[in-house]
Amino acid sequence: MLEHYLSLLVKSIFIENMALAFFLGMCTFLAVSKRVETAAGLGVAVVVVQAITLPVNNLIYNHVLRQGALSWAGLGQVDLSFLGLITYIGVIAAIVQILEMTLDKYVPALYNALGIFLPLITVNCAILGGTLFMVERDYTFPESVVFGLGSGLGFALAIIGLAGIREKMKYSNVPKGLRGLGITFITAGLMAIAFMAFSGIKL
Amino acid sequence: MNKLKKVFWEPVFSNNPIVGQILGICSALAVTSKLETSIVMSLAVTFVVAFSNLAISLIRRHIPSSIRILIEMTIIASLVIIADQIIKAFAYDVSKQLSVYVGLIITNCILMGRAEAFALKEPPLKSFVDGLGNGLGYSLILLIVGFIRELIGSGKLLGFSVLKPVTEGGWYLPNGLFLLAPSAFVLIGVLIWLLRTWHPKAGEEE
Repeated sequence: MLEHYLSLLVKSIFIENMALAFFLGMCTFLAVSKRVETAAGLGVAVVVVQAITLPVNNLIYNHVLRQGALSWAGLGQVDLSFLGLITYIGVIAAIVQILEMTLDKYVPALYNALGIFLPLITVNCAILGGTLFMVERDYTFPESVVFGLGSGLGFALAIIGLAGIREKMKYSNVPKGLRGLGITFITAGLMAIAFMAFSGIKL
Repeated sequence: MNKLKKVFWEPVFSNNPIVGQILGICSALAVTSKLETSIVMSLAVTFVVAFSNLAISLIRRHIPSSIRILIEMTIIASLVIIADQIIKAFAYDVSKQLSVYVGLIITNCILMGRAEAFALKEPPLKSFVDGLGNGLGYSLILLIVGFIRELIGSGKLLGFSVLKPVTEGGWYLPNGLFLLAPSAFVLIGVLIWLLRTWHPKAGEEE
């Protein structure tokens, strides 16, 4: 049983990396990867939000939206899954807001470090994408906890790696039209090739 | 009329949302391994961005600015649900291939970007045209990338063999790398390079 979760964790961090294999959260991935420090801040914020929202959305899907999930209320035939998208995005926005207020009240140091990144995360498609993958693959509750943690860590790993490369790249002589985002895309492409090497891992 | 034309064409070429403003990259990279999925995705995004711009512009005087993001999200999410249901009903195979990316139109930055930057300030017709233009600019890039990736990656276009692959007795050896994730990054990078060489102003500030 433990091996199953461990393999899911490794798979979600390395093989099915949110940023480099599924292209999720690209806008922030490219915009916030200029410096390692800020990239690490965003990475931590994504891990935290992903690890909370995925299990919550899993519970909502399995106990409210899914066909037959409302049978305890005498609504056995009702299938609310078409409301999924609007519910998930609401849940994500609400959790980000609550997290922001809680951190502000109890852990001001962490709030100051993450502050500007938290609102950005609501529209980060890695978060919504994680939830949608969870629904599509029909994960159970414990699986969704592991998948949330793993996919968040995978995104953090990719963005910190890219930021490290971009910091070094400041000193290299890039052709004029390619400077800035052009070369960033190509770097991300090379990183994606490197991450493809992990696809041989089987646990 | 001329003004509307300018609003329409500007985002298609000189201020393209993907290669110029770098918005909405996720889906541009993910769905372009085939031309068919690129076309369906382009239609869906153009539909959603045009009508969300129209709807937001119609109620722009009644939205309190403190909760505007919530309202924009709700409008966009409702339109995406409509688009998703339509695709599921009329093109079920394609909707399976697009998997989660139709739902992810909600978090596509083009939508929020246009709503915030344009629809909240401008009248409905102009916003609608701006939405169409941005949708078209997005589609243009998607179609270019989808065309290159499907042609080189599998020698086909829309499922028909154009370059006959070796496995079927032809001469073309498909380059499978173009169907995988890394090639999409490199292709968009090269497109940005071309646009910025041709149109130096399109680049971001250093």
